This record gives sequence, structure tokens and C-alpha cells, in this order.
Amino acid sequence: MAMSKVSILGLYEDPEDGARAMDGLHRAGMDPNDFDVLTGTPYPEGAFGEHVPQHRLFRFPLFGAMIGFTLAILFTAGTQLAWPIVTGGKPILAIPAMLIITYEMTMLFAVIMTVVGILLESRLPNFSTSAYDTRITEGLIGVVVAVEAGREEEIEGILRGAGAMEIIRA
Amino acid sequence: MQQRRQLNEIAVNRELLNGALDTPAWWKWAVIGLASVVIMGLVVFGFQTNRGLGVTGLSRPVFWGAYITTFVFWVGISHAGIMISAILRLTQAEWRRPVTRAAELLTVFSLLTALSFPLIHAGRPWRIIYWILPYDYARGIWPNIRSPLIWDPVAIGTYLTGSTLFLYVALLPDLAVLRDRTVGWRHAFYTMLALGWRGNPRQWKLQTVSGILLSALMLPIFVSVHSIVSWDFAVTPGVEGWNSTIFAPYFVIGAIHSGVSAVVTMMALMRWLWKWDNFIRPEHFDALARLLIVVGTAWFGFTLVEILFSLYTLEGSELAFRDVQAFQWPWSFFFVSFMMLAFFIPVPMWLFKSVRNSIPLMFWTSIMVNIGMWLERFLIIVPALSRKTPFVYTYGEYSPSMVEFAMMAWSLAFVGMNMLLFARFFPLVPLFESKESQIFTMDMKIGRATIPAVLREQE
Repeated sequence: MAMSKVSILGLYEDPEDGARAMDGLHRAGMDPNDFDVLTGTPYPEGAFGEHVPQHRLFRFPLFGAMIGFTLAILFTAGTQLAWPIVTGGKPILAIPAMLIITYEMTMLFAVIMTVVGILLESRLPNFSTSAYDTRITEGLIGVVVAVEAGREEEIEGILRGAGAMEIIRA
Repeated sequence: MQQRRQLNEIAVNRELLNGALDTPAWWKWAVIGLASVVIMGLVVFGFQTNRGLGVTGLSRPVFWGAYITTFVFWVGISHAGIMISAILRLTQAEWRRPVTRAAELLTVFSLLTALSFPLIHAGRPWRIIYWILPYDYARGIWPNIRSPLIWDPVAIGTYLTGSTLFLYVALLPDLAVLRDRTVGWRHAFYTMLALGWRGNPRQWKLQTVSGILLSALMLPIFVSVHSIVSWDFAVTPGVEGWNSTIFAPYFVIGAIHSGVSAVVTMMALMRWLWKWDNFIRPEHFDALARLLIVVGTAWFGFTLVEILFSLYTLEGSELAFRDVQAFQWPWSFFFVSFMMLAFFIPVPMWLFKSVRNSIPLMFWTSIMVNIGMWLERFLIIVPALSRKTPFVYTYGEYSPSMVEFAMMAWSLAFVGMNMLLFARFFPLVPLFESKESQIFTMDMKIGRATIPAVLREQE
């Protein structure tokens, strides 16, 4: 049975203190998946010594484009074949007109799948109840840690040692 | 030049959320005023639906008039969003930051308004469902995908969907700020919309990548939309002045001209109404004016090419059309007005720094451009139709009726009202972009000079 974890948040005014807290957690042998830094502003990558997140977002638009292209070909060809009217002696399948609809549908599905990818890769929606403080969106730096029962005091000590102005337990 | 003021995150939140969290006194009266015009427009639309299109000025041979002109006009305005947001994001132009959201928003509401006009113009709007929607009705008849009138809704639908998603994704971090600053039903509303955004490095990285990726995807859509709108005209062989190969780029550049001008108008209003002097500064108007000089001049070049090449053929019907368009009353008046308003007055004015840095002058010149650009579309559509073919014996003079004027007023009020309603719930200037700008901008001292420097992460 998985051991339940407690969520602890340390709040910092100075990004440097936040980075020190992250270093301390690394040194304490915490699993990098168990702690994270929360900010109200996009800081430069690696500013807190965090792992650079990897993502596979670029696959999503490609996948979406393939879906859109296929659906568009089926739609444009299918509708013309379903009611075949010869106009001006031209072929039933009017390629230029098909290209326009196909292009738009390909792009539409590429965009939709990109947005789906952004949400999935950002791990959203996520309505977890882990520790959080509304002052993070006012400029405070939050270092949130998922701690196994029994290690709370040790982790709080690390967070405080780095200069946390406040510790919050969820 | 140093106009920027260093603000902390609390100050950025307080200033930029003053529209969403503290309703300014004027807001209610502005919304009531605009809503009255919107309601008047709906009543007039009801009247037109009841009486038929006879209440408009449309008659043989001019069946496309002010409604289609206004449709093209709003599609043009909608190009502001992606032009500003996507291109400036991709080129990492620092001055884009306060501009992007308003531009994206203008795109969404302009497109919604533009989409309404074919419905209004159709006379019997409920029948439009047979025309557009890919639904297999009785007798197996589907929409005719060979018609440019089907390409239009497909392209605009794609652009509207993409722009709305683009706007929402960029809004996520700001929704979290609002979630953290509200209580009660508004808190629940923003919590739901923010999807649990917490601001960890993964989410910020995806936010940055998504801005670039969605910009790259939206750009080709943006180019295709007004190209396809232009093909409503350009693929029609029988109308002088319409069957032109240059129409797609000509319409796109014209759309950018009017769209960016509309952003200038909007930014001036935002600065005056919400007092965002710290965020929307003369340097932003200066940058937009420089962009407009390039875009306006390119557009003017296309206009000249379009006219010169049509005259070059020396075909009688083409010459006759140009004669109507430029020399016969009242079109001559509109032609001169359009040239003066869209190019000859504003563009030379923008060459002067004092004009580019004057917000009232930028405001009025941008409005001038859009009046001129509406006239441009009117001059493309109506004179061409009014002498469509020598075998049509009713060369009706077209002038828009009061009903059409009322619907045009409705469209302006509809966009304005929606913008104000949006501003009541969401920030019009992106908070996180403004905060990021504070982090990445610093004053550098070189010798005795202090200059603002922008830092950039290495890709």
C-alpha cells in the first residue's frame, strides 16, 4: 500500500532563498518528482536549480493535422461523390476546392490538438489539494514538497533553513 | 528614452486588475449605452427579417452592398490579433507585451461580428443552415464545397476557433491570479477556468512553448482567411475589378493595415479609460506607428498595382468601371476620401516622431485609416456590381438604407460592448507578460548614460 504523503509549502520573498531550499531538498535525497517550485511569473529556466521539464508537445499538432487532413479528404470527396453533378465539364472531384477545405481542416485540427497537448503536458486540469498560497501570484516563491509521514520535521527544517518566511501544511 | 517604471507584482496585479476587480464608475454607463445600440440593432434586424431585404438599399444589379462591405471590414479588423500577437511573439519583440491580449480579443469579437453579416445579409437567416453546415439533409444534398461561399465559413470558423483557444491558453496564468484574489461565485468561476494552474516550471515552460507554437500555426491560417474572403470576389469572372489574381495578398495587407490601426485605437482607449499609463506607453504607439508606415505603404503599393494593371489592358469595360469608381459622383468623393484617409493623411504624419508619440494624434489617425479602409471595400464591391453587365437594364444606384446604417452601428456597439464585458471579468493587458517584462528588463549604465536593456534567455 502506498504511504500517504503530506504536502508542505515554504514561502520565500527572494528567489535566491527559493533556489537554496531546492538545493537543500536535493541534498536530503528527496525524489525530484516530490518537490516543485511555484511562481507567479515565468522565471528563466533553471533559476531555482530545478530539473528542466521535458515535454512532447510538438507531436500533438502533427497528430491533429493528420486527423484533420483525413477527415477533410473524406468530407470533401465524400460529399461530391454523394451528389455527383458535373459542372462545366469539369471532374467531379474538384481538387482546388478540396485543397482549400482540406488546408483549413488540417490547420484547425492541428490547433485543437496543440491546445489539448498544452493542457495534457502542463498536467491540467489539476484540482489537487496540495499546499498552496495565494501570495504566490503576488510575487512570493513557493517550494512545495510531498513528504512521507515521519519526515515532516526534517523537511520543514530544510525549508526554514533556506529562509522561508512561512511554512504551510496542507 | 526611458519611459518604463519598475513595479512589483502586487502593484502590477492592482493596476491591471482594476477593471476586473474594481468596476470603474463609467463602465456601467458605457455598457448601457452600447447595449442600447445592440438592442436597437436586434430590433431593426427583426424588422428586416419580417419585411424582407426590400427595406435595404439592395436591388438589381447591386445585391452586395453595405452588409458585405462591413463583413469584409470586420474580417480585416480581425487580422490585428494574429498579426500583432503571433508575429511579435515569434520575433520576440519586447514591446508586444501589453498589446497582445487586446489584439487577440479584437480578433475574436471582430470575427463573431463578421460572421453575423452573411446571416443578416441572407434575409432568411434560418436557411443558412442548408448552405453551410455539413449535415446530410433530406435528399442527400450537402453543402457545395466548390463554392467560395463555403470556403469562407470554413476559414473563418477555423480562425475563430484557433484565436479563441489561443486567447484562452495565454489567459490561464492570469485566471489563476484572479482565482487567488476573489471570493464567492467569482472565485468558483475563475477556479474552474484556471484548471488548477499553480505556476510550476513545467507549466511556465509549456506556456512559453505554446505561445510560439500556436503563433506559428495561426499565421498560415491568418493569411488564408483574408485570401479566401478575397476569393469571394476574385473567382467571379464576370465582374470588372473583381477577377484579379492580386486580390489575396492585397486583401491580406489591407486587413493588416486596418487591423493594426484598430489596435492603436483600442490601446489609446485602454490607456485613457483604465489609466494604464505604466503599461501602455508612448513607446508602444511609436512602435505600432513604425509598423503601420511599412504596412500602409505596402498596401498603397498593392492598390497602385491593382489599378495600373487593370488600366494596362485598355479593355473598355475595365476602363468604364475605373471611370465609375474614381471619377463619377458620388464614387469620386468616396475614392478621394478613401485615399486621403487610408494613406495620404496618416502615413506622412506617422513619419514624425512627435505624431507617433502623441496618443491623441495616433488615436485619430488610426480611426481615419479604418474609415478609409471601409470605403475601400465599399468601392471594390458596389461600383463593380452597379455596372455588372450591359444586358442588365436596371442600372440601379445603390445607397445604403437606414436599416443598413443601423446594422453597421450595431456591429460597432456589439464589438465595443463585448470588449467592455470581457474587461469586467478578465485583464485586457496580460499580467504575467508584464511581470516577466519587469524581470527581464533592467537599466544599464554605460558611461554617463542609463539605457533600458532587455535580457533574453538563450533558446
